[in-house]
Amino acid sequence: METQVRPLETDHVTKSRKNPWGKELKIHWPLYVFCIPALVFVLIFAYGPMVGLVMAFQDYKPWLGITGSTWIGWDNFERIFQYEESMQAIYNTLIIAVIKIIVGIIVPIFMAILLSEIRNMGLKKSIQTLVYLPHFLSWVTVAGIMIDILGLDGGINHFLTNVFGIQPVYFLGDPELFRPTVIISDLWKNFGFSMIVYLAVITGIDPSYYEAAEIDGASRRQQIIHVTLPSMMPMIIVIATLSLGNILDAGFDQIFNLYNPLVYSTGDIIDTYVYRSSLLNGQYGFGTAVGLFKSGISFILIVISYRIAYKVANYKIF
Amino acid sequence: MYHKSKGYKIFSAFNHLLLILVALSCLLPMLHLLAQSFSSKTAVNGNLVTFWPVDFNLDAYIKTFNNSNFTGSMWISVVRTVLGTLISMFIITTAGYALSKDFRGRNVLMWIFIFTMLFSGGLIPSYILVTKLGLKDTIWSLVLPGAFGAYNLILIMNFFKTIPKALEEAAFIDGASFFVIFRKIYLPLSLPGLATVGLFIMVGNWNAWFDGILYMSSTEKYPLASFLQTVVVQGSAQSMALSQSEAAALSEQSIKAAQIFISTLPIILVYPFLQKYFVKGIVLGAVKE
Repeated sequence: METQVRPLETDHVTKSRKNPWGKELKIHWPLYVFCIPALVFVLIFAYGPMVGLVMAFQDYKPWLGITGSTWIGWDNFERIFQYEESMQAIYNTLIIAVIKIIVGIIVPIFMAILLSEIRNMGLKKSIQTLVYLPHFLSWVTVAGIMIDILGLDGGINHFLTNVFGIQPVYFLGDPELFRPTVIISDLWKNFGFSMIVYLAVITGIDPSYYEAAEIDGASRRQQIIHVTLPSMMPMIIVIATLSLGNILDAGFDQIFNLYNPLVYSTGDIIDTYVYRSSLLNGQYGFGTAVGLFKSGISFILIVISYRIAYKVANYKIF
Repeated sequence: MYHKSKGYKIFSAFNHLLLILVALSCLLPMLHLLAQSFSSKTAVNGNLVTFWPVDFNLDAYIKTFNNSNFTGSMWISVVRTVLGTLISMFIITTAGYALSKDFRGRNVLMWIFIFTMLFSGGLIPSYILVTKLGLKDTIWSLVLPGAFGAYNLILIMNFFKTIPKALEEAAFIDGASFFVIFRKIYLPLSLPGLATVGLFIMVGNWNAWFDGILYMSSTEKYPLASFLQTVVVQGSAQSMALSQSEAAALSEQSIKAAQIFISTLPIILVYPFLQKYFVKGIVLGAVKE
C-alpha cells in the first residue's frame, strides 16, 4: 500500500497540469477548497456589483429595482457629454491626475538619489522613518491638519503675513490655487513611500561600477548621470507605464476631504461628481454610467500599460 | 576621491540641510497638532501655538474621552479593524497558499482574482448591492466588501513561493496533508510577510472613513475615521457634543486636534513594527524575478 501511494504524494508538488480532472481533484482537492473563501468574496463583492452596471442603461428607480426600471439605452452616456459639469469633472480629473503622476515619479527619484548621498546611516534612517510616516495617515487626518494650517488665519498665512506682508491667501477656497494645493499635499503625503523602490534599486547597484567610473575620473555628478540613473531606468519605465492606468484616478479621498463648492470648477473630479450626482441627487443610472465610463477607459489603459511594461521591461503581474 | 572635492562638500552640506528640512516637514504638522491639543483656548485662537503647548492643560482630552460619540466610534473602529483584519488574512492566506502551487485551473482562478484589480462595478452598484444584501447599518458593511484585496493576495503568494519546496515534499512523505502543511509550515515560516500584509490591512481598516459615511445612517454608528470626517472636514460642532459653557472655555481647534491625534495614535504605535517589514514587502511586491 505505502509504496503505491507514494508516487501520488510527491505528485503534489510536481507539474500536474496534464492530469485528467478526476485524478487532479483526487490529489489536489484541498487546494480547491483553499480557494473557496476568496472566490466567494470575489464573486459577491467584486463581480456582484458588475451585474449592477446594467443600471447605466436604465432610468433606475430604487423602488422599482433593476428588473422594474425602464431601459433607456445610451441616454445616460450621452448626457455625460452634454452636461457641462461632467465634462469639467473629466477635464479636472485628467489635469490633476497627470500632474500628480509626473510629479509623483520625478520627485521620489530625485529624493532617492539625494538620500543615497547621505553616508551617516543613523541620519539616513531617521530621515527615512519620518518621510514614510505621512503615507500611513488617513486623508481625513491630513485634511484636518491642512484645513487648520492653510486656513485664512492658519499657520502658513500667519507666516506669510508677518514675514512677507502678503494678504492672507485662501488656499482651499480659491479655484486658481486649489489644484496646486492638491498636488503639493499629495506629494507631501506620498513621496517618501514612492521613494522606497528607487532606494532599493540604488542600494542594489554593484559598487564596482562606481569604482570604475571614479578611476576614469568621473565626478559624483557624472557618476549619478552615467551609473545611478541608467541603473534605475527599468524601474522608472515600469512605474511610469503602470501609472498610465491611474490617469482617471485623481484621488477621491483627498479631493472629497479638501474641496468645497467654491472650488468645484477646478477641483471636482469624476469620483466626487459621481458621488454628488448620484447618491446625493438620486440620479443612480447616470452616476453608474459615469462610473462605468471611467472604469471602462481605465481598464483599457491598464491593459495597454501592462502590455507595454511586459514588452519593455519584462514585467509580470504574477 | 570625489567626496574630498570642494564642490561635493558644498553639495553635501546643502543636501543634508534640504533632506533634514523635508523630514521635519513630515513631523512638524503632527507636532503642531499635538501642541494645539494641550493648549488653552486663548493661545490657540490667538495663533500663539507653534510646536510647543502654551498654557498646558488636558481639558481637550478629558472632554474627548467624555464624549460618548467619540468613544463609541472608537469602539466600532476597534471591532471593525480586528474583524476586518482576521477575515482578510484568512481568505488571502488560504487562497495565496493554494495559488502558490501548481494545479489544474490555477491560472483561470488567478485571472478571476486579478481581474478585480483591473475593473470594478464602481460606487453606485456596490452601494446598491450592500443595501440589497441587508448589510447597511451593520458592521458587516464595513468589513466584508473590502475584505479581499488582489494586491495583498499577490504579496502573500510571493512570500509563500519563497519557501523551499523540499520542506513540503518532506512533509508529504511523512504523511502530512495540505491543511497541516499550510498551518505548520507555511504560516509560521512566512510570519514576516504575514505581519507586513496584516499591518497594511489593519491600517487600511482603521483609516477607512468613506464606507462608514456611505453605509451608516446615523453618526452613532460611524467608525472613528468617519466620525472624525464629520468633525474636522464638515466642521460639525454637534459631533463634538459641546455645551455652551464648554464651548466658551474650550477651543474647538484644541478638541479637533486632540481627536485627530488620538485617532492617529494607533497608527503611530504600530508604525515602528510596520516599518521594519514594509520596505521589504513593497520591494518584493514591486520587483519580481
